[in-house]
Amino acid sequence: MTSPSLDKADAADTLTGGPRRRRTLRGVRGGAPLPLLLPALIGLAFLVLPLVALLVRAPWRSMPELLTSAEVWQALQLSLVCATAATAVSLVIGVPLAWLLARVDFPGRGLVRALVTLPLVLPPVVGGVALLMALGRNGVVGKWLDAWFGITLPFTTTGVVIAEAFVAMPFLVISVEGTLRAADPRYEEAATTLGASRFTAFRRVTLPLIAPGIAAGAVLAWARALGEFGATITFAGNFPGRTQTMPLAVYLALQNDPAAAIALSLVLLAVSIAVLAGLRDRWMTAS
Amino acid sequence: MTRTVRRTRRILQVTGAGAAALLALSACSSSDDSSSASDSSASDSGSPKLSGEVTVFAAASLKESFTTLGKEFEKAHPGTKVTFSFGGSDALAASITGGAPADVFASASPKTMKIVTDAGDASGTPATFVRNELEIATLPGNPDKVASLKDLTNADLKVVLCDKTVPCGAAAQKALDASKLKLTPVSYEEDVKSALNKVVLKEADASVVYKTDVKAAGDKVEGVEFPESADAINDYPITLLKSSKNTGTAKAFMELVQSSEGQKVLNEAGFLKP
Repeated sequence: MTSPSLDKADAADTLTGGPRRRRTLRGVRGGAPLPLLLPALIGLAFLVLPLVALLVRAPWRSMPELLTSAEVWQALQLSLVCATAATAVSLVIGVPLAWLLARVDFPGRGLVRALVTLPLVLPPVVGGVALLMALGRNGVVGKWLDAWFGITLPFTTTGVVIAEAFVAMPFLVISVEGTLRAADPRYEEAATTLGASRFTAFRRVTLPLIAPGIAAGAVLAWARALGEFGATITFAGNFPGRTQTMPLAVYLALQNDPAAAIALSLVLLAVSIAVLAGLRDRWMTAS
Repeated sequence: MTRTVRRTRRILQVTGAGAAALLALSACSSSDDSSSASDSSASDSGSPKLSGEVTVFAAASLKESFTTLGKEFEKAHPGTKVTFSFGGSDALAASITGGAPADVFASASPKTMKIVTDAGDASGTPATFVRNELEIATLPGNPDKVASLKDLTNADLKVVLCDKTVPCGAAAQKALDASKLKLTPVSYEEDVKSALNKVVLKEADASVVYKTDVKAAGDKVEGVEFPESADAINDYPITLLKSSKNTGTAKAFMELVQSSEGQKVLNEAGFLKP
């Protein structure tokens, strides 16, 4: 058995995170044990190899032609606009929802939290079908939207934003709620005892305090919205320039022009890597 | 001393588990080989020797009739099992050329069949077994009074078409071009069933789909025939695939599809004779 003092050191290592631990391993035996290293490397290869294959099989020569076509630009533009709009929607209604879950003790909070995170594990297609049943022209709510205001959501760009927000918002809510729970509520209490209203305290004290968590959640939600496919094609359909986002374009291109599908996939890959690389450092140091 | 022994044993356990997993994986890929040799000799549909599983990739529009034929086949040849993968012909062709394990491919157009034959994945020459005509699917009772293809160009109507990459979309485009009509749908759907279902769900007012799909949907939609459909009749080819591991049973299923018995089922579904 190991001594209790060693256990304590281990625990401290786990708490402070990776770098120190890695150094200790290398220091002790000149490398990680084989039964760990081998599966770890297989794991790494498993995750990276498909992406490398995309680069290898890419039609580099016809790439400029493929990527400058009007349809690709349309799809990329629409993807970026819709993902950003979906993130904005998530921020406006998701942050208050996260605050409610973290700060207000109400009966059935656990159930509400479970419902909020449901879209995380729900297959996106199911989300799309559910949206169609609720907001479709013949849907539970959509019927009245159509009859009273003449608003129909399927097959519209708004429909894409709704589908993306439905799938992406839970990422933001979870991230913000976690940060709120970690933040000390006494700052808010201090602000209210000094005369600030609860909303002012939220705006002036809580929001700046949890800004890094909100940023992280927003990036996650944006990235998820950008890659959203199932709910979009089910709820919003597929029309170039209106509802055809990049993932839909990739899927349909794969059916008759695989080269174009690879080129489009590379664009999405590049955008995703750029976002992660650009924000990772800021995330890590801020939180 | 004991510790090193224990560690070695653990390493052995880990590698053992890994090896077992690899063995299991490689076994999967070759497990069907044994059945093919014995079956390929018995290609007569009446032969009692037929057995094993047959995977049929078929156009979405064949769903109802092929499901019926599959059940008939299994009943006539106990011990056989026919599994289907229905979808847009192009998606199916793409997965076949991508190496999907299938025995038979029935496509909704010669063009998509060509993708498979060009890739060298077909065994023998594809045969046309039915033809299909287009029809307009509208809401029950036809509330928008759609009577012709031209009526669909009305901007107030929400029309969905199949994407041009799938046969039903290509055929619809052909009919529109032939009558010099320009139609802007609200969505290009990925296969014929998804185009039809947008009307079934009442999310769209009309769609251009196959006659057979309108028939299969029963009273959930109303079909409107249009003369231009004669310019866009689709031939459905069927072929045996090179990757087939159960050619005998696969051939027997294809024979059933082309037999008078099979044609009867297909005609009842609304398909035309080739």
